[in-house]
Amino acid sequence: MTNAARQKNNDAVSGTGSDDEQQYLTFIMAGEEYGVDILAVQEIRGWEATTVIPNAPEYIKGVINLRGTIVPIMDLRSRFSLERVEYSPVTVVIILKVETERGERVMGIVVDAVSDVHSISDSDTRNSPELIEDLNTEFIRSLVSVDDNMIILLDVQRLLTIDRQVIDQAVDVVADTDNDKEKDKE
Amino acid sequence: MSIDLSQFHQVFFEESFEGLDIMESSLLALDLTEVDAETINTIFRAAHSIKGGAGTFGFMQVSGFTHVVETLLDEIRAGDRGIEQDHVDLFLQCVDCLRGLMSDLQAGSEPDMTQADDLKSKFEAILAGGEVVAESAIDTQTGNQDISDGSTDDSGEKGWKIEFIPCEDVLCTGNEPYRMFRELQELAEEGEGNGLEVIPHLERLPELSSMHPEMCYISWTIIVRADIELSEIEEIFEWVVDDCDIRYQRLSECDLSTLETHQAVESSAEVTDIVVIDNADTEQEEINTVPLKTPVISEKIEKALEESAVKIAPKVEKKAVTKAAENTSIRVSIDKIDGLINMVGELVITQSMLGQLGQEFDVSRLQSLQEGLSQLEQNTRELQESVMKIRMLPISFAFSRFPRLVRDLSKQLDKEVELVMLGENTELDKTVMEKIGDPLVHLVRNSLDHGLESVQERTDNGKSRAGTITLNAYHHGGNIVIEVKDDGAGLNKERIRKKAIEKGIIAEDEHLTDSQVYDLIFQAGFSTADVVSDVSGRGVGMDVVRRNIAELNGSIDVSSKDGEGSTFSIRLPLTLAILDGQLVRVGEEVYIFPLVSIVESIQLEKSMLNNITGNQFVMQLRNEYVPIVSLQDIFNIDGEKKDLEGAMLVVVEGDTEKVGIVVDELLGQQQVVIKSLEQNYEKVDSISGATILGDGTVALIVDISGLNNKSSENKSEDQTQAA
Amino acid sequence: MATILAVDDSASMRQMVTFTLKGAGYDVQEASDGSEALSIAKTRKFDLVLTDVNMPVMDGIELVTELRKLGDYKFVPVLMLTTESAGDKKMAGKQAGATGWIVKPFNPEQLLNTIKKVLG
Repeated sequence: MTNAARQKNNDAVSGTGSDDEQQYLTFIMAGEEYGVDILAVQEIRGWEATTVIPNAPEYIKGVINLRGTIVPIMDLRSRFSLERVEYSPVTVVIILKVETERGERVMGIVVDAVSDVHSISDSDTRNSPELIEDLNTEFIRSLVSVDDNMIILLDVQRLLTIDRQVIDQAVDVVADTDNDKEKDKE
Repeated sequence: MSIDLSQFHQVFFEESFEGLDIMESSLLALDLTEVDAETINTIFRAAHSIKGGAGTFGFMQVSGFTHVVETLLDEIRAGDRGIEQDHVDLFLQCVDCLRGLMSDLQAGSEPDMTQADDLKSKFEAILAGGEVVAESAIDTQTGNQDISDGSTDDSGEKGWKIEFIPCEDVLCTGNEPYRMFRELQELAEEGEGNGLEVIPHLERLPELSSMHPEMCYISWTIIVRADIELSEIEEIFEWVVDDCDIRYQRLSECDLSTLETHQAVESSAEVTDIVVIDNADTEQEEINTVPLKTPVISEKIEKALEESAVKIAPKVEKKAVTKAAENTSIRVSIDKIDGLINMVGELVITQSMLGQLGQEFDVSRLQSLQEGLSQLEQNTRELQESVMKIRMLPISFAFSRFPRLVRDLSKQLDKEVELVMLGENTELDKTVMEKIGDPLVHLVRNSLDHGLESVQERTDNGKSRAGTITLNAYHHGGNIVIEVKDDGAGLNKERIRKKAIEKGIIAEDEHLTDSQVYDLIFQAGFSTADVVSDVSGRGVGMDVVRRNIAELNGSIDVSSKDGEGSTFSIRLPLTLAILDGQLVRVGEEVYIFPLVSIVESIQLEKSMLNNITGNQFVMQLRNEYVPIVSLQDIFNIDGEKKDLEGAMLVVVEGDTEKVGIVVDELLGQQQVVIKSLEQNYEKVDSISGATILGDGTVALIVDISGLNNKSSENKSEDQTQAA
Repeated sequence: MATILAVDDSASMRQMVTFTLKGAGYDVQEASDGSEALSIAKTRKFDLVLTDVNMPVMDGIELVTELRKLGDYKFVPVLMLTTESAGDKKMAGKQAGATGWIVKPFNPEQLLNTIKKVLG
């Protein structure tokens, strides 16, 4: 029995409605399927050229003009330290928005392709195994199995939080490389 | 039905703060030798309004406090008392106190009444001073009124007999006896009585020919058979009691046998029977008097009054904490709004014209299209200007605090100072104005403290006793210029130089022009004050002032003349949201430099260049040396590293020094709308914001001062590394 | 429905009065001082005038005096909004021809009760 069917069964038995069910938008990246809370999704766009931000972390491609607001675009492959790919006409940017303590924040993430919308209940999710101590696992909320496929549910809030440290580190790295370049010259 | 009054609170607070400002400026403008009645009136009205509103909206503590203030003002207004310097000082303290109380209330917290109570007792002492004065006007009932409180005779019938003889012109005051009867009837019904008997008396009716239709010649006897209090009846007749003859008598004490009664009438008396009624005996009249208050004056209070009039306890400025308490509204003149509406109207016309053109377009109509587009450009520009103007307010709002400030400070420093304010109508953006307030205060304090000399010194040098501080504001180019000028001793070059050397800001043998020396005072940690006074001189001032002004995309300069005075000039853009920008290209990227920071742009020639260390270059610009930085380096932009010879250099000026920035190409100049980068991203070094260009792409705006700081940081890093 | 002209230089008071009266179904127009009120009164006849006493340009007492000179306003009830301690104002108001007064501070209910009594 599929998860969904089991869920429906459970509902029928226990008489409860799908209270803890949430809808997730799923997308593909490097062969894996990821999901984000659909309430966080503002819109989906195609890729367009960004304006580079100087000395930004590598996963920040730059900013775009979204109907008058300046929105940063993040390359998710880079964020997850996955292999980079060329952007193609089917490359998709998912515009996400979250509430932070500073207010509402809007950001776009570049993914390979959009997959589907699923209704998933919390009770079906499992925690991600603490196998790898990685930046990546920071963003993973939980795992869920739908129709024998594993979907990795992401924590959008954490995803969109840019570590200040990383920016400063990035600057230092660049500065060091500059100095190295100069030293080479001499 | 209960109405929630809190929806009116915000307006009340705003109005009260304005009223307090008016009180303050009027108090300062008072000439005690020739008191202007209208000014006193204005001050009174302001206090009165605040008291009334506070009472209405439930702020009883404020109302109670303001009451005493108002009472004293009322006496002065009525001529019962003269106004003295001590009073003015006290009133000014009250203004401060009320400001604090209002701020507390606005922020939703309990107001701290300590100062208010203290001031209140001082006022009460003044009011009680010497004479015996009733606290409130004596409310004498001059009418004839019974207070048959004595006899609580329950044996007789419950009720009252009222003789009501209205004055002839009672109707001309809009009063209507019928209304009173109706109220009486309602009252009687509540008291479970059996109605009202109204007996008209027509003795005074004159001949028809001599009758005046607007006059009331009828009087009435009213019998109320109900268990009600006299005070309730008196209330009904409250408005007419002074003009009319009204007598009350308990029914139990009346002899009603002589009366021929009629049924209660619903309308004015019909002329049915003319009855002559003997007036029953009335009780003795008693006049209501309010016991006169005789508060005791103690010597202590008087002494305390004297002392505190001199020493004003420094008050910590309470800032409204919650967001709701921030004043987020703005007053706009109707004209500006009307202008806006007109402009939008024209825009709509242009839009529909272009829309139509777009629907059935062919090349032959190209001319019309171009005309339409140019019309659109004009409409948009006008609309933009108009909208910006809405946020503009006259700078008098920022200047308004200075008369008080200068007055208090000059007293404190024991100097004579005259304040001149010019250009008060010059308008600038509301937010800019709010942020320029503190820097201006610092400059004025500075001038007063360090610039102006003491009276002795001035007269010794043949100057006028009183020093003059001039605040001036005017528009110049696309900016507003604000000057703070004093006719004091001027900046002491030697002292500044020495201090700078002491602090290691400049080298001993460094050659500086006069203006460069003056400029040193804006360096961090600089202060030539030997004694750090409470007023200024803590050394955290000038550099903060410059930084605050830079945050507003503005700049500040100082010029000075020995013995004659100094002038500080602040230059600010007219609005925060729009910037005049110079577009430049570096590699594939387009950046924007604020036009206001650009000194000049030149093409580099080898002869101008000097190589200092490794990769540090400077260029000679007339008689100064300007370090050269490459935007490509600082921003790590991809591309070939170009040769400096023949490169395009944009010389910019940040807070303090000039820097030459190498770019690939100068593109156009245009006005850009500043968009926030931090809203969705983070603060980026050397970038102050972003904008959207005509083609829809994003361009970043360079933060010139940030860039300068960054490049000097890099410079020092390189230097240490090289060493 | 009855029409009322409300005059007070305090915007918050005007707002409160207008809100209260309109809520009870009255048709209300505002003025911020006596002179403005007089101009309005000259163009339109109201069933009742409610006025503050202390106002700039033209105060309440003067307004009443001027109103009573207008034919239409000879018998129109005019109520003054005055503070308890202003005994002399009440006198002056009455002499000028005011109908009566409402004591400040008042709450909306008190205002409505008094108006109702006067207008019937």
